[in-house]
Amino acid sequence: MILQGADALIECLKQEGVEVVFGYPGGAVLTLYDALYNSQFPHVLTKHEQGAVHAADGYARVTGKVGVCIATSGPGATNLITGIATAYMDSVPLVAITGQVGVSLIGKDSFQEADICGITTPISKHNYLVKRAQDLPRVIKEAFYIARTGRPGPVVIDIAKDVFAATMDYEYPTEVSLRGYKPLFAGDEEVLRVCLEELRQAKKPLLFVGGGATISNMAPEIRKFVNATGIPVISSLMGLGVVPGDSSEHLGMVGMHGTYAANMATVECDLLLGVGVRFDDRVTGSVEHFAANAKILHFDIDPAEINKNVCATIKVVGDLAWSLPLFNKLVKDFAPDIKEQTASWREQTAIWKQDKPMTYKSREGVIMPQQVIAKLNELAEDAIVVTDVGQHQMWTAQFFNFRQARAFVTSGGLGTMGYGLPAAIGAQIGLPDKKVIVFCGDGGIMMNCQELATAADNGFPVKVIVMNNQVLGMVSQWQRLFYGERYSHTSLKGRTDYVKLAEAMGVTGFKAEHPGELEDILKKALATSGPVLVEVALPSDEDVMPMVPPGGCLDKMILGEC
Amino acid sequence: MKYTLAVLVENRPGVLTHISGLISRRAFNIESIAAGHSEEVDTTRITIDVEVDDELELEQVVHQLSKLVDVIKIVNLTRVDHIERELALIKVKASKVNRSDLVDIVEIFRAKIVDVNRETMVVELTGEASKIDALCEVLVDFGIIEIVRTGKIALSRGPIAAKEM
Repeated sequence: MILQGADALIECLKQEGVEVVFGYPGGAVLTLYDALYNSQFPHVLTKHEQGAVHAADGYARVTGKVGVCIATSGPGATNLITGIATAYMDSVPLVAITGQVGVSLIGKDSFQEADICGITTPISKHNYLVKRAQDLPRVIKEAFYIARTGRPGPVVIDIAKDVFAATMDYEYPTEVSLRGYKPLFAGDEEVLRVCLEELRQAKKPLLFVGGGATISNMAPEIRKFVNATGIPVISSLMGLGVVPGDSSEHLGMVGMHGTYAANMATVECDLLLGVGVRFDDRVTGSVEHFAANAKILHFDIDPAEINKNVCATIKVVGDLAWSLPLFNKLVKDFAPDIKEQTASWREQTAIWKQDKPMTYKSREGVIMPQQVIAKLNELAEDAIVVTDVGQHQMWTAQFFNFRQARAFVTSGGLGTMGYGLPAAIGAQIGLPDKKVIVFCGDGGIMMNCQELATAADNGFPVKVIVMNNQVLGMVSQWQRLFYGERYSHTSLKGRTDYVKLAEAMGVTGFKAEHPGELEDILKKALATSGPVLVEVALPSDEDVMPMVPPGGCLDKMILGEC
Repeated sequence: MKYTLAVLVENRPGVLTHISGLISRRAFNIESIAAGHSEEVDTTRITIDVEVDDELELEQVVHQLSKLVDVIKIVNLTRVDHIERELALIKVKASKVNRSDLVDIVEIFRAKIVDVNRETMVVELTGEASKIDALCEVLVDFGIIEIVRTGKIALSRGPIAAKEM
């Protein structure tokens, strides 16, 4: 079939089952946009390329499908960078298509030219520069395959402008042939038996689940394992929801702002079973003292994650979809024994959990941030919850009970402010029947507030909760604790009226200032159709607690009111 | 500890960017890197000399490099019997007076003189890095104008190719 490059690209997207693309047109992708116009391919126009890439990311996280975004060359493409890096850190499958200047203009500092392959090399799983139309189908096939298989990640396809207009003999390849990319599925079964032996020896085993458990859709297997063995569970930020937040075995999030029980259990355990985790510094604190009494069994698909930050006693390299079902089979017969011999340990963890639960101190006449999260946890327990980055993100992790995997969308690794709102829009498009709530700080909302207009113009009914404490909360918390209360440029006291801002863009706005009105306003917001923004007035000096000072030991928490 | 890796990669534009980008962003300490065609048209062979603290760090280098889509295979040649060579071209001051001394030294090192003019000579030497270092040290007395070195390349002894190891 003879096709123009641009039409061929759209054919390829259809072949890959792409339902929607997020993007922003420009010079280098004019021909592609012309083809989109012809084909009526579903396209969401954001107000900024960064919005497009975060929306594609949010879409990918909740659906598990590959998110696709399009931007033009030069500034269009560079506006994607933060989003590509965000997706890379959290292993989100993404294909970013960027226009490039014409082949003859490449390397000449042409108008709107930027070396996107060069720029994205350290922040993408792979990238391509396409200069010939006939390469397009193979490259797109490979890009989607690389993005979604193995440890997922973003792939960038930079396409020279003339490729879109060139004609070619289109045929979509049925197979991918990549000599250097053979994503690992099955590993060494023998190692699983060794793990079982270790588990049977352990008196104080602890299961540590992370984003990999979500990505591999292995929450059901993990729940089966936990039910059978009764082993206590801790989660990384990315692992929340893999095990129901309100289950008795779940001790909560571990790490810098982890729960007392999770952190104490990590210090005390004699066996740590890490599943789809990468032992990030926000989890480990001092690496030397992290789980110092424990043998570490590390299950992960990426061999490079093993022994990167923390040395594993036993490594189980392979897809969790391979290892966990097999491991469950092996464990099955011994599960009752394991449950019995770990009973006193389970009791100990339950005592920690009971003694020092996640809590906060109320203040007279003031809405507390934790209260907002807890209230929405009551009112919208099945919602998809998206956050921006900072204090509110940690409070959400602490006070929202995530019951399902993929129900919590947050920029974990990169910690990207401005992520929340566009990601929520993407999540809403991915799951149109779900209630999508996004918590933002008054700092983060302003980084991509233009996307309120995207929500309004398209009727995406996201509920935006602006946690307005008039400061850049997390940074000011560090200034309070570690920089002698010198609040350098973290005051956000200004003249912005967030309700008016929302209304100006066509979003319904509410404001909650008193504890007495909070519930009603939140209920009203949830019941209102279309996008809604609720500004909640909060105190400026509330800290996220507990807190392990950076590089500290997990049992040396500043507890605050906890 | 120093290790020598043979890295087989797709012969495609951008591959070296991916490799050098990875090395710099992971802050790996690379002593030398040399790339060129291999026995297969579509494969480039890169020899990387890496300085690491321990085997764990080496494992990280290997695993991270392996993750690059264009990297086909990595072989740790340190562990197998192998030959290492580097090529150097050294431009050195050579007046009438000391030219014969230079020729003697070149002879001793089994190097070659590949260019001569009234003021300078270019000496070509192939060998292990230490041998090149030694020659350079001697030539310093004559006045070295410039040096270019290829970086180390390495090949295993015996009949098996890296791609089959």
